[in-house]
Amino acid sequence: MTFPSEPDAVGRDLPRRDGAAKVLGTATYAYETPLANAAYLHAVQATIARGRVTELDTTAAEALDGVVAVLTPSSAERLASTEDRELAVLQDEEVAFRGQVVALVVADSSEVARHAAALVRVSYAQVAHDAELRADREDLYAPETVNPGLPTDTAEGDVDAAMAAAEVTVEETYTTAMYHNNPMEPHATTALWDPAGDGFLTLWDSTQGVHATRAAMASVFGLDEARVRVVCPYVGGGFGSKGQPHVNVVLAALAARAVPGRPVRLALTRQQMFSLAGYRTPTIQRCRLGADRDGTLTALAIDVVEQTSRIKEFAEQTGVPARMMYASPNRRTTHRLAALDVPVPSWMRAPGECPGMFGPEVAMDELAECLGIDPIELRIRNEPRVEPGSGKPFSTRNLVGCLREGAVRFGWSERDPRPGARRRGDWLVGTGVATSTYPVARMPKSTATIRREGDRYVAEIGAADLGTGTWTTLPQIAADALGVPVDSVDVRIGDTDYPMASVAGGSSGMTTWGSAVVEAARAFRTKYGTAPLDGDEASGTVGPPDDRYAMHAFGAQFAEAHVHRDTGEVRVPRLLGVFATGRIINPRTARSQFIGGMTMGLSMALHEKSVLDPRTGHVVNHDFAEYHITANADVDEIEAHWLPEHDPHANAMGSKGIGEIGIVGTAAAVSNAVWHACGVRVRDLPITLDKVLHALEAQSER
Amino acid sequence: MKPFDYRSPADAATAVRIVGGDPGAVFLGGGTNLVDHLKLGVVEPGLVVGVAGLLPAEVEELGGGALRIGAGVNNSELAADPRVREWFPVLSQALLSGASGQLRNMASVGGNPLQRTRCVYFQDVTTPCNKRKPGSGCSVVGGWTRHHAILGASEHCIAVHPSDMAVALAALEARARVLGPDGERTIPFVDLHRLPGDAPDRDTVLEHGELITAIDLPAQPIARRSAYRKVRDRASYAFALVSVAAALDVADGVIVDARVAFGGVAHAPWRAYRAEEALRGAPASDRSYRAAADAELADARPAEGLDGGNAFKIPLLRRTLAATLRDLVGEDAR
Repeated sequence: MTFPSEPDAVGRDLPRRDGAAKVLGTATYAYETPLANAAYLHAVQATIARGRVTELDTTAAEALDGVVAVLTPSSAERLASTEDRELAVLQDEEVAFRGQVVALVVADSSEVARHAAALVRVSYAQVAHDAELRADREDLYAPETVNPGLPTDTAEGDVDAAMAAAEVTVEETYTTAMYHNNPMEPHATTALWDPAGDGFLTLWDSTQGVHATRAAMASVFGLDEARVRVVCPYVGGGFGSKGQPHVNVVLAALAARAVPGRPVRLALTRQQMFSLAGYRTPTIQRCRLGADRDGTLTALAIDVVEQTSRIKEFAEQTGVPARMMYASPNRRTTHRLAALDVPVPSWMRAPGECPGMFGPEVAMDELAECLGIDPIELRIRNEPRVEPGSGKPFSTRNLVGCLREGAVRFGWSERDPRPGARRRGDWLVGTGVATSTYPVARMPKSTATIRREGDRYVAEIGAADLGTGTWTTLPQIAADALGVPVDSVDVRIGDTDYPMASVAGGSSGMTTWGSAVVEAARAFRTKYGTAPLDGDEASGTVGPPDDRYAMHAFGAQFAEAHVHRDTGEVRVPRLLGVFATGRIINPRTARSQFIGGMTMGLSMALHEKSVLDPRTGHVVNHDFAEYHITANADVDEIEAHWLPEHDPHANAMGSKGIGEIGIVGTAAAVSNAVWHACGVRVRDLPITLDKVLHALEAQSER
Repeated sequence: MKPFDYRSPADAATAVRIVGGDPGAVFLGGGTNLVDHLKLGVVEPGLVVGVAGLLPAEVEELGGGALRIGAGVNNSELAADPRVREWFPVLSQALLSGASGQLRNMASVGGNPLQRTRCVYFQDVTTPCNKRKPGSGCSVVGGWTRHHAILGASEHCIAVHPSDMAVALAALEARARVLGPDGERTIPFVDLHRLPGDAPDRDTVLEHGELITAIDLPAQPIARRSAYRKVRDRASYAFALVSVAAALDVADGVIVDARVAFGGVAHAPWRAYRAEEALRGAPASDRSYRAAADAELADARPAEGLDGGNAFKIPLLRRTLAATLRDLVGEDAR
């Protein structure tokens, strides 16, 4: 199924339909849902990383004027399912990580709730905890699979023998930090049981998937899904951390049932988000490359060590992009986990690809340096004909095109390959390149309904817009699929009252929901022709992927880095990305996605790091003053371009997902540029001034 | 957050009398630090007394190039004042390197030097901290020491003072005019902040109830050639890893006089007298600048901790001082 004719709405630079409401402040977010008589929830968190709660003294909290309820493991209701231990809150006295919720307070105002929470006295039987990730731990284990169900290890040929025989080798260890998603809007939920007690549960929740949240909550509370409604028209960012419900949703629902007839509101504080809302594991990546003198790879290996929590496993697929990026007859990828007494890790923008394209892409730059080959040329020489491993043809693979287009736009041909050879004022200047990739994912289930309402068409699907542009792009797809002007199409999303939609994750939204919309339009036209009557409606469901092809998006990112000759301060005045991601539905929202991803990649390169103090087991820089995210002054020129590409195998639109690829490869490009500027290979993120200062010190005194 | 009473008296003298008579009372100026602490539970006052609007909000000329800066002047206004920009560029630059535009609009000259350390353990009431709770212990050593002291610390506390403005004032012979329950007094700005010693809960020598009403800047021709250099982990909106406030008088390639203070390295703005001494009479060269830094840093003690601790601050400060002085002298005078 493709569009009936050449697309008209798709590809147009249409402004965001929800833009005005957001700018004017009239878009209603989960916490703000207008409801009468709301109560407010504040959580009490564990101050030890492992042990048991021995006593919870709630007397002072309960005595406070305005407190409505205090729930503890002994007073909270028993949940129907405690299988997901992250969500099994207040079910027992065990503490599995610092910051875990051990009690909650509901009050007439958020201020009273917060004050009362501070008055709850908790005693513990503490036992020694272990919160330190190291590659030499003896308890590392191989998970059964890595996210989202991929093989843990792969091996082809004999890497060790190929490394021994290789003319040139690179063998280094690279690390990425622990990162927190930190969307602007905190994790927030408003919950209401109506009628009270065993009634119908409505959750206004900031989520990337209303149906996923409904399914999880129905399971946790033992409800038929028909008795739960989840509503979320707007999301103030998620970056994966709202892809699966976290404990805030359970807390709000538990609390609301304990205060019959009243809706309960909960917004996590920024500090709480560092222990309760997921994060990206730190990674330790041992990378090995072997090559002939001409730059042909003969061995490629990545061995990854990372962490998960003791109560729930999440295995980031860091080694996965190395499985398909370049050709090599000998290849090995492994993942090993340490299960620690730490908060539960989860999805963060481009899980796997984001950290997994740091080590290998810096290693490729190091190999180019060893060989005296241009790093772009080295990558082109190792283009695979088919997808390594599977042997499938690529549906489209325009990595080389991205590298060449980017080289022209960036001015790469004038580059002097020597490191530390350029200075502008007090700044050492360098440039670097790295590649990006992200798989084309399609979720197995999503349904859309299209209905004629008066003289308009309405598409309904429980999809999400977390700032990505869904409110604007789905009408473009629907309009072309129906063959009508986009102005005559409305969409309704973000509510489980609409047909089931998959989560906005894995850059799968447009492929999955868009395909459902196209199928619904086809069914609608088949059924009603071009002159439908008011109320006519038809549904369509996403079909299976075309598994004859390997489908991935590609990109190339270029960075200019400046290193201050005295202080070692690192600045990145220029970033340029070129992407090959199929047909672009809307250039305006697409550019936002690419530039946003690249900015987040810059942030990863230079600034972000959650500092987990292993002595306490918590992230000590848990606010925006100390967890540095790239600020406006750090971003100067940043450009995103794309190649004209249409992938007929990916989906009816010919598009590929673009929400995540922008963050992939940026940090490696920056690290490579820093090396070119000052001669220091920074293999451990973030690239802070102390990591280059020693080299500046070693240079001869001027 | 613990509930508190709020009062907004008619004048500063009344505010001082109220706070001075109530050990659980605090002054509220721009609120850019205190409000955070109220939310976090770092402080739990019973009474908050608003003084914004009660303090002089003008920059007054005292003659001969001296200025009196009212404690109610906000940081943005002071940074933009043409006299400050011309006579004391180091102060204007220090102000503009601090916080963000929004915060500078709220922050007051009287409150800024009294902001408290951003030590993450101090700000987290779930971890022991001698500054927040005397005798409870210090959580920093062996933890995240990146933003902590290398000079003048004690076994009880290695926190640093976060203000940029205060570093410039320490270099400028400023004096703080203070109104207290027992009347007025004047404190040399370099003596306002304490080193932690065995009482890290006390940041300054101010007694409870004392309120800064103005900062006096004496005329100093040397300050016309002055600069503030702040080195931090991102381009804006971050506290200093190290910072240097410096003023130089150079004639015929020789340093006649110098004023130097450091930020981000101690519990107080660190006036670098030993560096100044080393610079006087020395040729204006990188070698002199480094020697001056080494003289001041002879007693520096880095703090071990995560990610290699903060030993990098020693070479960083040496290099930053040299770069700042080099820039002040200018290429032609080298």
